[in-house]
Amino acid sequence: MKITYREALRQAMHEALAADSRVFLMGEDVGKYGGSYAVSKGFLAEFGPERIRDAPLSELGFVGTAIGAALGGMRPIVEIMTVNFSLLALDQIVNTAAVYRHMSGGQFSVPVVVRMATGGGRQLAAQHSHSLENWYAHVPGITVLAPATVDDARGMLRAALADPDPVVIFEHAMLYPMEGELSPDWEKADLRTAKILRAGRDVTLIAYGGTVWKAQEAARQLAAEGIEAEVLDLRVLRPLDDATIMASVGRTRRAVIVDEGWRTGSLAGEIMARIMEQAFYELDAPVARVCSAEVPIPYAKHMEGAALPQAPAVVAAVRQLLAKA
Amino acid sequence: MSDPERKPVGIPAPEALALLRDMVRIRRFEERCADLYGQQKIRGFLHLYIGEEAVAVGALHALGPGDNIVATYREHGHALARGVPAGAIMAEMYGKQEGCSRGRGGSMHLFDAKTRLFGGNAIVGGGLPLAVGLALAEQMQGGSRVTAVFFGEGAVAEGAFHESMNLAALWKLPVVFCCENNFYAMGTAIERSESQTDLCAKAASYNMKTLRADGMDVIATQAAMRDAVAQVRSGAGPVFVEFQTYRYRAHSMFDPDLYRDKAEVERWKTRGPIHNLSNRMKAEGSLTEEAFLAIDAEAIKEVDAAVAFAEAGTWEPVEHLAHDLYTVNGVETAR
Repeated sequence: MKITYREALRQAMHEALAADSRVFLMGEDVGKYGGSYAVSKGFLAEFGPERIRDAPLSELGFVGTAIGAALGGMRPIVEIMTVNFSLLALDQIVNTAAVYRHMSGGQFSVPVVVRMATGGGRQLAAQHSHSLENWYAHVPGITVLAPATVDDARGMLRAALADPDPVVIFEHAMLYPMEGELSPDWEKADLRTAKILRAGRDVTLIAYGGTVWKAQEAARQLAAEGIEAEVLDLRVLRPLDDATIMASVGRTRRAVIVDEGWRTGSLAGEIMARIMEQAFYELDAPVARVCSAEVPIPYAKHMEGAALPQAPAVVAAVRQLLAKA
Repeated sequence: MSDPERKPVGIPAPEALALLRDMVRIRRFEERCADLYGQQKIRGFLHLYIGEEAVAVGALHALGPGDNIVATYREHGHALARGVPAGAIMAEMYGKQEGCSRGRGGSMHLFDAKTRLFGGNAIVGGGLPLAVGLALAEQMQGGSRVTAVFFGEGAVAEGAFHESMNLAALWKLPVVFCCENNFYAMGTAIERSESQTDLCAKAASYNMKTLRADGMDVIATQAAMRDAVAQVRSGAGPVFVEFQTYRYRAHSMFDPDLYRDKAEVERWKTRGPIHNLSNRMKAEGSLTEEAFLAIDAEAIKEVDAAVAFAEAGTWEPVEHLAHDLYTVNGVETAR
C-alpha cells in the first residue's frame, strides 16, 4: 500500500490516541491549525481539546509540562515545531527528562515522546533549517530516533510510547510529502537496530533521516557505473547499533557517512570513531563523510543546495575511496 | 508590622507542637550537616535552609499525603517535613546506596516516590514546568492531588517561571506556586535583579490568586498554604504564595557571604522561626522549657541515628554505573 510519510505519522498517532487514554498530543498549533506540518489534521474534532492540546509559544514550559505529565502517569506526545525551536526546551529535555530516572536511583521514569521536524531544503534560511540531531544523541538517558521510511514513520511511535524512558523523534521536514510502500514489517519497528535498505558489496553508505534518500540516489548513480553501494539507515541515533554498522563495513570494507549535521562534532564523526575502534583492520580505505558545510544554512536556493549534503558529493566521495584502494 | 511574637498561636497545641518539632528536627539535622561537611563526610554542594524552616514546615503540614512536592536544591527541610526518613537523607548526602536517591543525587537531589517528592531540582526554575505537568496529569486523570512547587525568588527571573505561571493559569491546573523569597539569589539582592520587586504583582498579571505570608512565622505560613491548597483543590486554578524569609547561612558552603550586611543578618535572626513559635507557646502556657528541651533532645537523637545509618551504609557497586538509563522489554540495558 502506498502511503505518505505524513499519513504514516498521522496513522501512528491516531492509533496511539485511540488505544490509550493516557496518550495526548501537545504542542504549538497541533489542534485548531491541524499541525504545522498537518500531521494532526482532524484530531481536535475527534479527540477534543484536552487530548489535542494547543500550547502557547512556550517551548521550555510545555515540554517541561509534558515531562511532568509523564511523571504523573500520562503518556504525552509533545510536538515541537522544529528542532531550531527545541533549543528553548533543551534544558528540560537534557537536565530533567534525561537524568531523572538515573538521578532518583530508579524511582522516577519519564515516559515522554518528543517529536520535532528537522533539516533544511525548503529555503527557510538559518533559523528554520538546522539539523541538530547529534546534540540530542550526545545525551545518555534519551533514545533518539530518525525515521526515514514510511515503515518507521508508521511503526516507531508505538515502540516509543511503550518505552518507559524519554524518546526524541526527528522527522525530516522534506520527507512529509514523500510517498512509499508500507510493508507488513512496519509493526516490527524497534528502537535499537539499524537497517540495510539496499545491499551492495563495494561500499557502505551510512545515513539517517533525510540523508537516507540522498544516499539512495547516490547508490543508484553508482550502480550505473558498476559500483554496488550498500545503504544503511541508522534509524536510531542513540543508542547506535554498532553491530549492524560493523557487519556491513566488514563486508564492504569501505564506508561513507552522509550526515546533514555540521562536520565538526558530528554524529558522522562519532560513527567514524567507532568504525576505527571496532573495524579498523577490516577497512580497505579511510572512512569518509559528507556533511553540511560549516555555515548557517542560507536562504538562496543555490546556496542552500551547496550547503547541504547532496548525492553527487556522495558519489564523488565513493569514487575517491575506490581510487585509493 | 505587628510583633509576631505577640500574636496568639491560634491553632491547637498538638498541631503547634508538631510544627515546632519539625522545625527543630530540620535545624538540628542541618547543623550536623554543616559539621559533617567540615569533616568531608558530605561533599559537593550543600545548601542550608537554616532560618527558613517555617516555610517548608508550614507549607508541607498544609498538604495531604497524596499530594505532589517539587523542590529545589535547598530541600533537606522539605524532605524531612514530608516524612522522608532522616537516615535515608543523610545516607544520600554521604553518597551511600541506602540514600533516598541511592547516592546518585546527593544533597541537591533528594527523591522519594513513596511520599511523592519529585526531587530536589538544581536548575533554577527547572521544577516549575515539571510541577505544571504533574498538575496537568492530575487534572486529566480526574484526581484530587495538589502539586506544590517550591522555588526561590531568583527563579522569577527565569523564562520557566513565566511560562509555567501562564500555562497553569490558562488551564486552571491544581498547583500551588510556593515562592521562598529570601531576598538573595546567591549573592544578588532582589532589588538588583528585578524591575518589579513585588512578586505577587508579577503573579497576579497571570490572572492568578496571590497570597503573601511572613515566612518566619510557621503559623502564618501554614495558614496561607491552607488557604491556597483549599482553593486549588476546589478546582479554582493555581495560587501563588510568596513566603518572605531569610537564610541565616551563606548560599552554599563555598559562599564567603560578602554581599550582605552582618547587621541585616543579625536583625533577621531576632525573628527566628523556632523561638518565634516556642516563645508564643510558652506565653500561652502550651509549652514549658523542659518540653522544648525534650523536643530538642529527641531531634538530636534522630540526627545521631541518621548519621549512624549513613556511616553504616554501603557504596553502590561501580558495575551499576549505567543502571536506570535504558530499558528494553522491561530489562535494564546499558548503552
